[in-house]
Amino acid sequence: MRLEARTEVSRAALVMAPVGAIVVTLLICALLVAVAGAPVGRAYLVLLEGGFGSRFAWSETLTRATPLILTGLAVAVAFRTRLFNIGAEGQLYLGALAAVAVGGQVDGAAAPWAAALPSGVLFGLMVAAGMLAGALLLLLPAVLKLRLGVDEVVTTLLLNFIVLLGVSMMLDGPMKDPLAMGWPQSVALVPELELARLMERSRVHSGLLFAVALAVLVWAVNRFTVFGLQMRAVGANARAAAFAGMPVTRVTLLAAALSGALAGLAGVVEVAGRTSYLTLDMSPGYGYTGVVIAMLAGLHPVGVVASAVFVAGILVGADGMSRAVGVPNAIADVIVAVALLSMLVATMLARYRIRFDRMGKAA
Amino acid sequence: MPQASPVLRLSHISKRFGPLLANDDISLDLHRGEVLALLGENGAGKSTLVNILFGHYIADGGSVEVDGVALPPGNPRAALAAGVGMVHQHFTLADNLSVLDNILIGTEPLWRWRQQRGAAQARIHDLATRFGLAVQPRARVGSLSVGERQRVEIVKALYRGARVLILDEPTAVLTPQEVESLFATLGQLIAEGLSVIFISHKLDEVLRVSHRVAVLRGGKLVAERDARATSKPELAELMVGRRVEMPTRVPTNGAQQAAAPAVASLDNVTVPSTAGRMGVSGLSLDLHAGEIVGIAGVSGNGQVALAELMSGTVAASAGRLTLRGQPLPAVARRWIDAGVARIPEDRHAEGAVGDLLVWENIIAEQLGNPAFVRAGVIRRASARRFASELAGRFDVRGGGIDVPTRTLSGGNMQKLILGRALSVRGQHTPLLVVASQPTWGLDIGAVAYVHRQLLDAAAAGAAVLLISEDLDELMALSDRIAVMHAGRLTPARATAAWTLGSLGLAMAGAHGGEATRTGVEVPHAA
Repeated sequence: MRLEARTEVSRAALVMAPVGAIVVTLLICALLVAVAGAPVGRAYLVLLEGGFGSRFAWSETLTRATPLILTGLAVAVAFRTRLFNIGAEGQLYLGALAAVAVGGQVDGAAAPWAAALPSGVLFGLMVAAGMLAGALLLLLPAVLKLRLGVDEVVTTLLLNFIVLLGVSMMLDGPMKDPLAMGWPQSVALVPELELARLMERSRVHSGLLFAVALAVLVWAVNRFTVFGLQMRAVGANARAAAFAGMPVTRVTLLAAALSGALAGLAGVVEVAGRTSYLTLDMSPGYGYTGVVIAMLAGLHPVGVVASAVFVAGILVGADGMSRAVGVPNAIADVIVAVALLSMLVATMLARYRIRFDRMGKAA
Repeated sequence: MPQASPVLRLSHISKRFGPLLANDDISLDLHRGEVLALLGENGAGKSTLVNILFGHYIADGGSVEVDGVALPPGNPRAALAAGVGMVHQHFTLADNLSVLDNILIGTEPLWRWRQQRGAAQARIHDLATRFGLAVQPRARVGSLSVGERQRVEIVKALYRGARVLILDEPTAVLTPQEVESLFATLGQLIAEGLSVIFISHKLDEVLRVSHRVAVLRGGKLVAERDARATSKPELAELMVGRRVEMPTRVPTNGAQQAAAPAVASLDNVTVPSTAGRMGVSGLSLDLHAGEIVGIAGVSGNGQVALAELMSGTVAASAGRLTLRGQPLPAVARRWIDAGVARIPEDRHAEGAVGDLLVWENIIAEQLGNPAFVRAGVIRRASARRFASELAGRFDVRGGGIDVPTRTLSGGNMQKLILGRALSVRGQHTPLLVVASQPTWGLDIGAVAYVHRQLLDAAAAGAAVLLISEDLDELMALSDRIAVMHAGRLTPARATAAWTLGSLGLAMAGAHGGEATRTGVEVPHAA
């Protein structure tokens, strides 16, 4: 058995890759559901209903999809420039921390310095602070990579733990809410800074609109601007991009800043739209799931929206499934992880074909 | 020479890669004591064919027989055992081992107390003297020249009992003197009854060393000719499928151009070596408007550093480099804006971004041009109009301007890069053209096209720096030639003052040499 590069990669193959990957994922996970002793057909039906079967299901799925769109975009932007940002999780938390630092209550009202500001301005400052925090956090590994050749997969991944411990320290120390009965959690945001609800009796908030608008914006930047062209060129072949006179270092740093800012914004949006205060369990790995979402979308910004909704639906639906048929809801994480692996294989198969030798043995 | 029963017989070999039929029903015989040349352009199917023969690929159909016995497909070990040896274009030697170890690798069982080094050495010595292949068994391969490495490869194949030797583009990296010694070795090999398949696209060589010539085009065997009964023009036409006119030029003696001030001037310039890339030191050279200056040399002697220096991608660590009298920082953007047309050595790694569309690559050097960009947004309509106009003018074919650039053939990609580079100053001729191996791996038609463009650029007043390993190309195009060896450059002399022999000596590092004594000094040569 050997791999041969396909001379032409068809568009259809690239579009079908995620669909095929999802089908294979569901087949593989069906085995696990069966092993857990549940009826496969019913389990998947409940999963589907739980994720997409009702107004409530949709509202929960979209709520969950909101930060996932942003972390997915963050990963897509960075990966497109061949900067492997595995640190969206840390950037998200740092963004959330910055948001709370700017917009958090002091003695039940806005901080003294912010009290005189119109709430719109304060909101802008909060968003900017969160994005800046995320951007700076990714710029550090980007500079290390460009200057010293330090592998950014390692640095961004490990920074997640450092940031999480740092946030933990803040939530148990200077930024701890004194009224939180001893729980490590921050003060709540000033109420005016919270995002509006999109649907009544649901948790869907206007952060979703932000996220979708940004996906379209990133797509437009990629497609229509010089910066987008440069990002794609640097990601595909940095040496050729440099030869053609493109500022490779600047483009990489700007892409890192954009990626980090998007992940930081995910943190801001979670705090302002859903929780209103920061805790250490705010994100169940949104940053890591962003990698899966970006890969499923083939790094396409608008595709990220679709794949984020899909993954969110599975995560939400798995809760219902575990209640209804007694499969542990860890199955959701398994599905997402298998989806990533299937997608990697599908992407490879779109570019290569497998040949079986007639003799049945390779040299 | 040919005898009744062939040593090697290829019957109806076919191989398909996706939509591409790389080998289409090819049948060939090789006889004892014969040199068979396999001639064809890039992509004609030569490499595919020998890779099938040697077992790297598995044919979709057909068979390979050695002495009447079929070889199992896809098994290089079986090919070796049957006496088929291959010398690849890119050598397959371990740099950190000695010549002896490289030859012995894979010939001995893994579990044995003692290697039979003494006996092996004696056999290598015997092979070396019989075939005129001087090798030092104790030398480390990493310290050998390209010609010496090639000899090691040949000895390695012979040591394993090869009776059929496949040489893939063996002369591409050699000096003229090394080519002569290779040809002498070939003579001895066939005198001893071995057979050789000689792959090349250089017609002179093919006519000289081979008995028979098999011409491949588009995956098909289009002709077999007796080498004595054919001619260069006939082979060229068979290879390309149409008549090709190579542009020629009468070199000037440089006096006219020398009167003008230098467009670019290197004064005692040094670029440090990096891992895998030799630097240059003490380089001095003036380039004048309207002249073509050729740089000859065996690859790896500092040509890459010179090309990078003149493309604005690496800075000099010492000395002075000026463009129209002004120093210029090593920022590619600045060199492009100054009107330097740059054609890099490696089109895929450096010349174009394969994943970008053709039109995006065409405007990639012009992202600061307000005609194509407004407020950071690409003006697609005008950019694409420019791109399709340029693609038309430079004859870039292969699916239009909206396909990924990597789908273009080598020739079309090179035309894209050439067109992009030559239009750095819009309608004006570039100030300086830096062309590094501009015809490497191109078919004859594309080579003629590139040559014509370089000559036109010089005629229109550009200074052209042509770095090439192809001496015929340098002799045909250059007004002056300088030779690079071990990071140093000889003075540039008028082309007429060089012979292939004197160039070869200078390429091998002979100091002074014929050229100095017989050469006509050009007044401005630095």
